[in-house]
Amino acid sequence: MLAPVRDVKLRMERVGMAFERDGKSVSVLEDINLDVSDGEFICLVGPSGCGKSTMLNLMGGFLAPTQGSVTIDNQVVRGPDPRRILVFQERGVFPWLTVEGNIGFGLAKLSRAERRERIDHYVQMVRLQGFEHTFPSDLSGGMQQRLQVARALAVDPDILYLDEPFGALDSITRLLMRGELLRIWQSERRTIIFVTHDVDEAVQLADRVVVLSARPGKIQDVLTIGILHPRNISSASYLEHRDDLLKKIGLAYTA
Amino acid sequence: MNALTQPSRWEKFFWPLLAAALLLLLWHYSVIWTATQVFPSPLSVEKGLAELFRKHVLWSDIGDSLRRVAIGFGTAAALGIPLGLTLGWYPAANQVLNPLLQILRPISPIAWIPIAIVLFGIGDHAATFLVFLAAFFPIVVACVSGVSNVPTMFRRAGRNFGLSPAQILARVVFPAALPQILIGLRIALGISWLVVVAAEMIAVDSGLGYLVIDSRNSGKRYDLVVAAMLLIGLIGLALDIGFRRLEKIRSVRWGFGHES
Amino acid sequence: MLKYVVASLFRVTWGFLLAAVIAIPLGLTIGWYRRAGMALSPLVQVFRPISPLAWIPIAILWFGVGDLAAIFLIFVGCFFPLMLTAMSAVHNIPAVYVNVGRNFGLSAADFIYRVLYPAVVPQLIIGSRITLGIAWLVVVAAEMIAVNSGLGFLIIDARNAGNRYDLVIAGMIIIGTIGLLLDLGMRSLERVKSFRWGYSED
Repeated sequence: MLAPVRDVKLRMERVGMAFERDGKSVSVLEDINLDVSDGEFICLVGPSGCGKSTMLNLMGGFLAPTQGSVTIDNQVVRGPDPRRILVFQERGVFPWLTVEGNIGFGLAKLSRAERRERIDHYVQMVRLQGFEHTFPSDLSGGMQQRLQVARALAVDPDILYLDEPFGALDSITRLLMRGELLRIWQSERRTIIFVTHDVDEAVQLADRVVVLSARPGKIQDVLTIGILHPRNISSASYLEHRDDLLKKIGLAYTA
Repeated sequence: MNALTQPSRWEKFFWPLLAAALLLLLWHYSVIWTATQVFPSPLSVEKGLAELFRKHVLWSDIGDSLRRVAIGFGTAAALGIPLGLTLGWYPAANQVLNPLLQILRPISPIAWIPIAIVLFGIGDHAATFLVFLAAFFPIVVACVSGVSNVPTMFRRAGRNFGLSPAQILARVVFPAALPQILIGLRIALGISWLVVVAAEMIAVDSGLGYLVIDSRNSGKRYDLVVAAMLLIGLIGLALDIGFRRLEKIRSVRWGFGHES
Repeated sequence: MLKYVVASLFRVTWGFLLAAVIAIPLGLTIGWYRRAGMALSPLVQVFRPISPLAWIPIAILWFGVGDLAAIFLIFVGCFFPLMLTAMSAVHNIPAVYVNVGRNFGLSAADFIYRVLYPAVVPQLIIGSRITLGIAWLVVVAAEMIAVNSGLGFLIIDARNAGNRYDLVIAGMIIIGTIGLLLDLGMRSLERVKSFRWGYSED
């Protein structure tokens, strides 16, 4: 099912980001212009150091752009907000809380009954039934990431940012997790912005792939992956898109 | 490492007991062989202990020492933990206070004794004060270190979920720093025990430390000296083991590596 | 005043070195042979909480009042921590290193020199720094009670013989400063490159 073009959810206009290092100004991102629609699945792809994570942090409100603006629902982003949750690559879950405790972390404002309901719902959604009272140190890496996603979803955010969430997992778990993420996204549609350096991952998951050049990061290209889910990773159209993306990134690496 | 087989459970008790027995024998026979008049043999130490128990003096001495530790350590924790958390949370404040702490820290609590005596006179309060001083700095340092070692990722997650700074401190930073804080507390407790004994030797007239000095001074009762020393060692060990139990609590256990 | 500083440092150096020379090899050995560790560790754990000062009557009994008694007390104060550090350092050698050593068929002496020693040195240095701090505390305390010279004695004496609190404070400041310098000195040792691998990157 193609994501219907709805209103623009997130907009980055002429965004630039520069850091001070040793007295010099290092430009990490330049002239980023991007419109993301509600419910879209966007992947950010690019070589290491190209500013993908910085872009995510800007969108999340953890950093303020040195130029341009980031707006969500037509409001300028001024800081982190529970309506847009960031999921980290590893060790993002709180080790002193159980699975239940983690998922319930952002739900303090709800009544007991509501909280209970939500927690149960998301434990089911990420398939961690039976582990409600387990601590993260007794969970595998993949399970910990699922827990992080559940924690993020439990507060019902509009946007989910994922910063290479499967990067620390082995390749088989990674494949499984991609399927899980798609399943979750399709049952509870939210806007997802997903950073990865894995080309296959991008083509498998995204509606659109944003290719960033090497530092200073500019948007090199935006590819639309027009294949319906579930995507056959051996089909001709998939491979075509994949080749296309590789070519574009090939350019990105030699820039 | 040398034996590839895992030692069985009974061995955990066997070897230490064997070593202890050998040590006792060695002690016993060296007393006999050197025909020393003064140094006690294990048997006389045991008799001395029984005597102390019977005289009921022992319980009040132990109680005094423990009480001073409890009050001194407790106060140090009550004041030190909030201070340490604040300094860790506001690095600017830490910059200001840290140099002062670093200078005060290596000054042995023992060196503070004259000041303690001036402020409190000889007695209970001086000892408690010294224990407080000795425990205070390690606790503050452990808290500062614990807080600054909390990964930024956790603080970000806290902000992301809409928590206020106070809530982040209470619900994210504090639990995350707790393992390190507990280690600091355990070490401070060990130091407190050492210091209370030392303080009692100089500035007070009750407690286990005093018992050690007094047994020698009034009558060269070295059997009692050694008996008191052993008690000091055992109680200190018990305190340490008790504290380590806390480290096993589930919501903190993650912070301690799997110790063999 | 300077004489006292020298006296205190002299005692610390001797007590510490003596303890190091005996406790570290002993600790490494005990740490290596698991059953030896099982046997002796509880005993060490009982002796460790006994403040070195509690040994004073025994120290005076064996050595009389003077330098030797002070050195003995520092020795006692350093012995157990150093031994525990050495034992812990051996336990913390990654099994990988040991297996590599065995795999390459190293002789015992070779193994100790080329694998064991480099692996334990970083932790030993940290432990030594902490123990040196303890030694400095003990010497001051010991001098207050059992000797007639040194910085600790200075403090007690200044108060007893005339309430010279200016000297007391001066003494305390000197003690604190020297303690700090000793600590910094050891920390700079930690920075020596060939030892640095044992510490995580800051």
